[in-house]
Amino acid sequence: MSELIESIEDVVRIPLPVDEEYAIKRHRMSAGDGKKRICIVTGIHGDELEGQYVSFEIARRIRQSASDLRGIVDIYPAMNPFGIDSITRGIPAFDLDMNRIFPGNLEGDMNEFMASKIVEELEGADLVIDIHASNIFLTEIPQIRINELHAKELVPIATKANMDLIWVHGASTVLESTLAYSLNSRQTNTLVVEMGVGMRITRSFGQQLSDGIFSLMKELGIWTGESREVKKPIVAYDADGEDVCYLNAPCSGIYMKEREHGSRVKAGELVGRIINPLSGDVMAEILAPEDGLLFTVREYPVVEDGSLMGRILREKVLTENNL
Amino acid sequence: MKEELIYSFKGLYRDDFRVKGYEFGSGEKTVCVMGSLRGNEYQQIYACSLLVTELRKLEEKGMITDGHSIMVVPCGNPYSVNIKKRFWSIDNTDINRMFPGYDKGETTQRIAGGIFDRIKDYKYGIQFASFYMPGHFVPQVRMMKTGNENIELAKKFGLPFVVLHKPRPFDTATLNYNWQIWETEAFSIYTSSTEKIDKISARLGVNAVLSFLEKEKIIKYQGFTGYTAKVVESEKFISVRANEAGFLETLARAGDNVIKGQVMARVTDPYTNAELQTITATEDAIVAFEYDSPIAYKNTALFKLIPGRW
Repeated sequence: MSELIESIEDVVRIPLPVDEEYAIKRHRMSAGDGKKRICIVTGIHGDELEGQYVSFEIARRIRQSASDLRGIVDIYPAMNPFGIDSITRGIPAFDLDMNRIFPGNLEGDMNEFMASKIVEELEGADLVIDIHASNIFLTEIPQIRINELHAKELVPIATKANMDLIWVHGASTVLESTLAYSLNSRQTNTLVVEMGVGMRITRSFGQQLSDGIFSLMKELGIWTGESREVKKPIVAYDADGEDVCYLNAPCSGIYMKEREHGSRVKAGELVGRIINPLSGDVMAEILAPEDGLLFTVREYPVVEDGSLMGRILREKVLTENNL
Repeated sequence: MKEELIYSFKGLYRDDFRVKGYEFGSGEKTVCVMGSLRGNEYQQIYACSLLVTELRKLEEKGMITDGHSIMVVPCGNPYSVNIKKRFWSIDNTDINRMFPGYDKGETTQRIAGGIFDRIKDYKYGIQFASFYMPGHFVPQVRMMKTGNENIELAKKFGLPFVVLHKPRPFDTATLNYNWQIWETEAFSIYTSSTEKIDKISARLGVNAVLSFLEKEKIIKYQGFTGYTAKVVESEKFISVRANEAGFLETLARAGDNVIKGQVMARVTDPYTNAELQTITATEDAIVAFEYDSPIAYKNTALFKLIPGRW
């Protein structure tokens, strides 16, 4: 029986101006002769914490049944440690969205350099899972988002990840600076998970994704132990933007949700209200424009003209998925 | 001068969000000048205010050529300016990463869409822009290399440098890029500062705009004739970086001539004042950008140099 070998090492370490060093760390767990490698990445956005529990849970389950490990599991719980420490989505001090600076530049500034080292570190893995948690405003059902350019390779893998939804979206030039795009364009398969809500941990979603990750590890031959049966996700091929309708606030106010995420809704059904606490008026009743699945719901109540309050997956997609 | 409401929506507890423009002359939509889109761009608002003053005088004297309309939008984001926040008040998104905007989208997409809808049909678009790093620039006109850029036109501002910038993925959602894509001749004017008002460089920027308008026969104006611009690609700038982190003492300033080996800055240990790095000029050059912060992170571009001399 192969022994479980664990290490915690720096991916990058950089001195800071005043008596501190900046470090991004990796927890490596390996066993056996297997060379296959899966990377669990999270914390690129410092206000998204759902991946914290998943990182812990993967390590816990591996230790519980270490003899089933046949390869390398690398866990990176904090790609943006400044952000996590200061409840900041971007990189504090630089006001940068870390997921808009990939693939980075070894000759560039500190952040570009770090981005470059991260890509160098992850490139060549058999699978990378980049865990996000929507943001502080919206709750999302567990889902994987895939750029249409990489759908052919990634959708078959994503369907084994125990998620509720696979959302294949259109390509966008702006998204070319994300970690996932950089890795996928280097032939390193990378799945982007979105689930839950910012600044919180939803334990049930963490369990669901952890089950999915063990299923994927088994598929890759990295795990020989038990893995729970995974659910069949809804797959939305939405490259043309026709599968989802968006609920944007028609006015400023306080949004009071009437339906939870994951609800099936009918056209005309009340999904929320925008109220004005100053005047005591209901400013707007938000009705579902059509039948479908409410897969995104606004969690943070303050809205302005245009704020996103929800997303509905259209009924036609549910029908296509035999739901 | 005619004041126009470009875009607005009602706030819940705040006053209405309003973007205002000032229109001069009448006729063909000829020139639009955009000021601040971010909450820390005080210099950019100030430069627009000087331009509004000048254009009002010229209009009163009948010196705006018939058939030309000029619009100045000093600020596209007063909500963020008033709370001293660089990006959007609630979700921290950047309006200058939302163009061309979307009228059914999220708040900053709607603002960008609402502004762009009103300013996209002008023949020339000029933005007083700021850099993402704190620091000072030698005055320059920047253009994105989209294939639609017109360098000869950019030279007419009479600023010392015309800088050509190859767009990165996130640049494709900026105002400048989208103006060009929508066939407006677009220019970004960089004066020396952002968060502090520098009256001399703001005046230089405004004079550059007036000089451009005069050369394009949009106004009658006698004043600043300007420089014969040197055209530089931003990739050709030489970045001089900090190899150490610590306190930064800067000795060279934006616009200075430096000679190879000249000491431009020192990085010191913040606790002992021991010198960690002496930063010297790598060749004879003009300082195009000077980083302005008491602390330097490792790898920070402290200076950007253009080889040569004034």
